[in-house]
Amino acid sequence: MTTQAEETKAAEFGQARLRKEDERLITGQTNWTDNIKLPGMLHVAFLRSPLAHARIASVDVSAAREEPGVIAVYAGADFAGEQGSLPCAWPVTPDIIIPDHPPMAVDEVRYVGEAVACVVARDRYAAADALNAIEIDYEPLPPVLDIRTAIEDGSPKVHEAGNQSFDFLFQQGDLDSAFHDAPIIMERTYRQQRLIPAAMEPRAVVASGVGGEFTLWSATQIPHILRLMLAMVTGIGEQNLRVIAPDVGGGFGSKLQVTAEEVLALLITRKLGRPVKWTESRSEGNMTVHHGRDQWQYIKLAADNDGRIRGLDVDLLADMGAYLMLVTPGVPLLGAFMFPGIYKMDGYSFRCRGVFTTKMPTDAYRGAGRPEATFAIERIMDELADQLGLDPFEVRERNWIKHEEFPFTTIAGLTYDSGNYEAATAKAKELFGYDELRAEQERRRASGDPVQLGIGVSTFTEMCGLAPSRVLGSLAYGAGGWESASIRMLPTGKVEVVTGSSAHGQGHETAWSQIVSDQLGVPFEDIRVLHGDTQVSPKGMDTYGSRSLAVGGMALVSACDKVIEKAKPIAAGMLEVSADDLEWAAGRWAVKGDPDKGVTLGEVALATFAAHALPDGVEPSIDADATYDPENFSFPHGTHLCATEVDTETGFVKIRSYVAVDDIGKVVNPLIVEGQVHGGLAQGIAQALYEEAIYDDDGNLVTSTLADYLVPSATDLPSYQTDRTETPAETRLGVKGVGEAGTIASTPAVVNAIVDALRPFGIHDITMPCTPERVWRAIQDSRGGEQASAAEQHEARQSDQTQGNSPQGVGDIDQSGSAS
Amino acid sequence: MAEVTVTVDGVKYADNVEPRMLLVHYLREVVGKTGTPIGCDTSNCGACTVLMDGKSVKSCAVLAIQADGAQITTIEGLSEGGLHPLQEAFHEQHALQCGYCTPGMIMAAADLLRENPNPSNEEIREGLEGNLCRCTGYENIVRAVRRAADAGVNQ
Repeated sequence: MTTQAEETKAAEFGQARLRKEDERLITGQTNWTDNIKLPGMLHVAFLRSPLAHARIASVDVSAAREEPGVIAVYAGADFAGEQGSLPCAWPVTPDIIIPDHPPMAVDEVRYVGEAVACVVARDRYAAADALNAIEIDYEPLPPVLDIRTAIEDGSPKVHEAGNQSFDFLFQQGDLDSAFHDAPIIMERTYRQQRLIPAAMEPRAVVASGVGGEFTLWSATQIPHILRLMLAMVTGIGEQNLRVIAPDVGGGFGSKLQVTAEEVLALLITRKLGRPVKWTESRSEGNMTVHHGRDQWQYIKLAADNDGRIRGLDVDLLADMGAYLMLVTPGVPLLGAFMFPGIYKMDGYSFRCRGVFTTKMPTDAYRGAGRPEATFAIERIMDELADQLGLDPFEVRERNWIKHEEFPFTTIAGLTYDSGNYEAATAKAKELFGYDELRAEQERRRASGDPVQLGIGVSTFTEMCGLAPSRVLGSLAYGAGGWESASIRMLPTGKVEVVTGSSAHGQGHETAWSQIVSDQLGVPFEDIRVLHGDTQVSPKGMDTYGSRSLAVGGMALVSACDKVIEKAKPIAAGMLEVSADDLEWAAGRWAVKGDPDKGVTLGEVALATFAAHALPDGVEPSIDADATYDPENFSFPHGTHLCATEVDTETGFVKIRSYVAVDDIGKVVNPLIVEGQVHGGLAQGIAQALYEEAIYDDDGNLVTSTLADYLVPSATDLPSYQTDRTETPAETRLGVKGVGEAGTIASTPAVVNAIVDALRPFGIHDITMPCTPERVWRAIQDSRGGEQASAAEQHEARQSDQTQGNSPQGVGDIDQSGSAS
Repeated sequence: MAEVTVTVDGVKYADNVEPRMLLVHYLREVVGKTGTPIGCDTSNCGACTVLMDGKSVKSCAVLAIQADGAQITTIEGLSEGGLHPLQEAFHEQHALQCGYCTPGMIMAAADLLRENPNPSNEEIREGLEGNLCRCTGYENIVRAVRRAADAGVNQ
């Protein structure tokens, strides 16, 4: 017989509940950090280095101090004794070089935008005005901008200790025998361009200190980590520091950081005894919010003639920028485990060298290491298929882990607990109309249509639910990966849920309410979710890496269990029966065999509050805390298909259709899940087609505004068709995480589709972003100046293949790399 | 300093402001209407979109003194009591995640539907081209505007 509790579960878990968060957001009542006004609050503006690399010869702030409305002006030397060094929490190798990183530069600047002085004034206009009166003499030093030359001997140095921060090597299986005598060895070079996360809310900080007790409001993803790190950097006792993340307008990893401005705001408020606010402008943010990606990927793949992968050799150069920030060196290493993707192989080697340049530091950006890995493996799988004359799905299927083989330990040492690549692929192909589109592609190729059709495949997986603390420890990460939750049962039977996972757009307030409603049998509306304030939510590891539900959700369920168990003896007392005679169903403790005789959790909460008749030895509280440390990562996967129409005369790429079938395990709220997939797709497509942070030869950021850095608008993006398959994760909730899936999967799907359209031209790669100019130039280059049509190219290629003489002969080492 | 008289969400304000003050700073810092956020400094993102005499403007691209004598409607004054159909549609279609672009997106959509009460999906995308969203991929925003249009917001 179905219990009432199970029916309640069905009522909330899996329902497309509209979000609790929306009301304040759609009515303009949101509490953004920049909205905060405190009595006596001053405004801070930063003067930033106009040079990529220079010694600071002298600083004169005296004239700025005389400007109207100016309370104070500081340069780096004014903070020298107290500003410490911005933290790097992930020393990935024992001999890693972690340079000193003063929040405000004192002697030397190493990227354009580094803070060199600041004005504190009555309002933001006065503060900005007075910056002009600060005199700084710089002695220019040579910029270091290309990681490929920065690691060579003789390159100008970013830091005295050298330009290579670390050299990380990870080898599994027998790579030498995998490559020895391999009939197919492919070599490819892929470029992961530098990206700007561009959350819509610019960063903002408000700091206040009264009697040695400090409060910092920040547009951050990580109030808990930030509090700990700020205490360690500034020496303010952790007990005297409260960090609040009010409503936060997106992060995508960019607000997973301990920033110079947060540290300096605290120091300034401590110096002046008055609250201060700083809000960045977008151009300031493009320069000084950490960037993402920026790798050169040198990939070698050995395979048999039937397409079976023998081994994979990955050699990365990763641009750290000028300093190592919170998890800068760890980001490319998250990819170390993901390059093999969903495929089986005998040998694997991963090497990554982190290299300093005089550019903004890089760090986490949606996917963090996993999009880079997925791009490389999914791109080269298409190349392998092309070389063998196989359908891209055929070569994938010959290599992927079969659904009956789970749990499966990959060559990288991860144990994938569940998945079904066959099911996701079958569904995606059907929705996409794969066979029909292939037929259309063939027709267009044969007729020499100037607009060629390309089909891009991406069968991706990712590791989410960061992370088992022991694994993080073995990787030298500075913290654990657990998450915390508390349930407070109020006397009226309403519930306050406290989560350590700090949301910034994901919809935790809604999804967490759904989970707790099912567990405790309390109505969705009676639950309030609290987060983002270290005084309210004292413990947490915050939100990143698609971890909130997979880790924080499990903590929530554990806390609910404890509440129910704590209520049991009190309920027994109320019902005057033995606790052994009770059973839990539908939010009630009821007498076994007599379901009408029972008490709700709300009734127990009220009796506990009164505490007049509690059994002996029972504390008057049924509140509970729980902390959950995952035993494994979760492994969402999916099959994405992209159809592009590429105009071979203009190079313009249009996405005609996009199908995403994701397996993220169990789903709490399909509405939220679909939204996460849409947004992820947009960011992944943007990497493929539009976005790139560009520095000029002097190290100036050319893309410092949203006019230059092309965050796509509604007209730049297609409509998406999404669907799901479901293999639950091997945890109680069965959830896997969805925040990054779309971003990870879509970039290779789009580029594969573009390259697929251009195969008749002998084109094997287009460097991202695949702008019309790059596509057009690749076509021109392939023609060698001659105007061969697509049909002619197609015919020539067909004839090559029939003679067993494909453009890249089997066994050749193909060196075709990136185009620019 | 220059004197401006502006009606914001139905309330008349008279203030002395610096001639260079942007309308969005006037709204946020002088009038206290923080429902309108700022997302960029080049008038690309549209987060600060409000209605000026019924037509959408990016309030970072208007000086406060240019709004002298004007009627300004912000997200806070879009609806008198209850939610505007566009606000309801954004909620029901999950057309927002972090919500930072939402006030501007809704105000731009209101102007779009004023000009074209029954736009195609393509026309909705074109009409909102000046408003950036980083969370939703626009799919559900288009659905929300479509739904509000179908409900006859401006008919």
